[in-house]
Amino acid sequence: MPGLVQQVPISVEHLVQLNPYNPDILPDLESYVQEQVSQQTYSLDANLCLLRLYQFEPARLNVHVITRILVKALMALPAPDFNLCMFLIPERLQMEEPFLTLATLAHFLETARFREFWDEANRNRDILEVVPGFEQAIQDYAIHVLSLTYQKLPRQILAEAINVEGLSLDKYIEHQQVNNGWSLEKGHGGGQLVVLPPNEDNHPVLRKNAADSIPLELVAKLFPVLS
Amino acid sequence: MSYNDYGRDYGGGGRGGGGGGGGSRMNEDVGAYEPDYDDRPEFRDGFRDLAPPEPGQDLGSYVPDVVKTFVVYLYRHIREKNVYEIHQMYEGSFQKLSERMFQKTPWPAVELIAPYVENDHVFCLLYKEMWFRHAYALLSPSLEQRCDSWDNYCNLFQVILHGNVNMQLPNQWLWDMVDEFIYQFQSFCQYRAKLKSRGDHELALLRQCDEVWNVYGVLNYLQALIDKSMIIEILEEEKDGTVTFTATDGYDYQGGTNVLKVLGYFSIVGLLRVHCLLGDYHSGLKALVAIDINAPGVYSTVISCHITMIYYFGFANLMLRRYVDGIRAFNQVLLYIIKTKQYHQRSPQYDQIHKKNEQMYALLAICLSLCPHGKLIEENVNNQLREKYADKMLRMQRSDEAVFDELFSYACPKFITPSPPNYDEPLVNYNQDAYRLQLKLFLSEVRQQQLLSSIRSFLKLYTTISIGKLASFMDIDEPTVRMALFTYKHKTHVIDTDGTVLSNADVEFYIDDDMVHIADTKVTKRFGDHFIRHIMRFEDIISELEKVQLE
Repeated sequence: MPGLVQQVPISVEHLVQLNPYNPDILPDLESYVQEQVSQQTYSLDANLCLLRLYQFEPARLNVHVITRILVKALMALPAPDFNLCMFLIPERLQMEEPFLTLATLAHFLETARFREFWDEANRNRDILEVVPGFEQAIQDYAIHVLSLTYQKLPRQILAEAINVEGLSLDKYIEHQQVNNGWSLEKGHGGGQLVVLPPNEDNHPVLRKNAADSIPLELVAKLFPVLS
Repeated sequence: MSYNDYGRDYGGGGRGGGGGGGGSRMNEDVGAYEPDYDDRPEFRDGFRDLAPPEPGQDLGSYVPDVVKTFVVYLYRHIREKNVYEIHQMYEGSFQKLSERMFQKTPWPAVELIAPYVENDHVFCLLYKEMWFRHAYALLSPSLEQRCDSWDNYCNLFQVILHGNVNMQLPNQWLWDMVDEFIYQFQSFCQYRAKLKSRGDHELALLRQCDEVWNVYGVLNYLQALIDKSMIIEILEEEKDGTVTFTATDGYDYQGGTNVLKVLGYFSIVGLLRVHCLLGDYHSGLKALVAIDINAPGVYSTVISCHITMIYYFGFANLMLRRYVDGIRAFNQVLLYIIKTKQYHQRSPQYDQIHKKNEQMYALLAICLSLCPHGKLIEENVNNQLREKYADKMLRMQRSDEAVFDELFSYACPKFITPSPPNYDEPLVNYNQDAYRLQLKLFLSEVRQQQLLSSIRSFLKLYTTISIGKLASFMDIDEPTVRMALFTYKHKTHVIDTDGTVLSNADVEFYIDDDMVHIADTKVTKRFGDHFIRHIMRFEDIISELEKVQLE
């Protein structure tokens, strides 16, 4: 419990859980962000904790660390982590770079403007390349949105969404066919159609309709009457 | 490196008495008194016979008789743990005396009444807590008073956390402590952020008050109350039936004390509130996890706690795009208020209840405009909602940003900037900064959802429609339609804490190449509970009839 002087180093997650409102843990949280970047892990709670501490002591704010947090948050899409972080960053700072660019990128992704996103991302490789796994994460998000929406997806739309063309795209689709149940069909326009695996969203008939069932408690009310 | 509990070592601003006193002394001789405070002649008819203070009479310099008896009796009841009487005095007599005698001046200073209560340390802290609350409501407190109040809270919490306080206080009072604590914190942040019209002397004083109402202190005290009371463990163990807490409304019928546990419980709601005020909605909701808002709990014993909890819960969910959760919560509490409003009309919390009620209707209107799930709200609530906001909801559904702005600004909490100002920079008032940021981010979210209303209305008219046709109807190009459809899917699906995707969508569809297929969602009438309700009602009528004896 808090108050004990620990002899062994406590994990950062532990700190965030037990003693989050403590300015002394700020350096640990900052190095934890770097660890998340290099190890390709992610912790929303720890990052929010750090952003909170920056809010309490703006003088100790570190723009580079915040940038990394925001990039990591983008990679967490479709979770709203990016917005959560922005709620804690002062408006004045958000008007400066690189935050303006990051906000633009987030906007494009939130509104599914994939082509504009990849163009803008290309122009800002320096901010994004520091965080390994970025491209993969965004592609996963794009696939997520596509899977919610499409049963049969024209190849061109897929290409635009994940920013992959030609032979690489063929390889990508092949990989998904093997691992994730994708298949290919011929579209009526002659183009290729990617058939995505069925789920509750792109096959609404699969959604169990709870409205038809009556819970047992309600029926139980009738038992005294029936007897 | 040592990671001491910040709250534990946290003193006050260095003024005021030391902390760590013991509980009330169990000294028996207090002098003659009548057993029932309510029977005192002055109290009869609610102090109506009391002469109002003469103009110019300085009530701060002496103790009127009524106040003397008030503190003597209150002290006695606290020592004897007569919770009901304490509650009557705390809510009833204190209010009435304040209205009759202290409408424009504060109550007598604690030093003046201390002799009548044997200079009891803890009672004085409690008295000062009430004193400051009254002073804050009366007029704008001075910087000195703000600092003193902070010291008092520090001392009070220190005693409760580390002393052996053996009291039972009414839940209303314990909630008010936490509520007022956070309110004064909010007030101080607002006060501190208004730099423009301050003179140099004031600024110098402010600079010295760095520790006062420090955000670390506030958060750590709340956290310390939660940790020390082990309330989270208690709530967990309650599910197994090994401890009773909720069943006794938090009170301890075995001669113990309820103060620490109940303060810990209310601090959970307190943390939710503070996190929301700072813009950290995720952490706020996380803090509240220990309390199940769908089950009865100690929060229901104090209506302002219940309302505050749901208000911030709903607001946090709104900002997280979890509209359905927000709608459900607002519906539940608004219905509760409709049913119980009449009982609270004379209570001192009525104004606050009313204000929050109105604000929650505004938030509900926003939620429903962004996520039209009308079936989720109850008929009475719906009627009220239509009465207040039918027109505005129509405009919000047409993406009228001004209305979103208006309602959000009316209903949102008073966000704060927790950090002290930079006194070396030019003086500006920055107390609105936090609010402006939250508003700006909210409106950009609304803007991102702009096309969704038209998508909904068009999709509801068709079972299949090609993307090309939809584009021409909406007067936009095909890529934009696709983009809007994707956005609809993204915005209406929330990711649960365990990673599952939940759909809030009211219109279900999928796309096949370039054809949109809309799922046939007929409004399924709920026959089941309708019939069951009527069966029960007729049963009741029949059994009533059978009881009637015909002459």
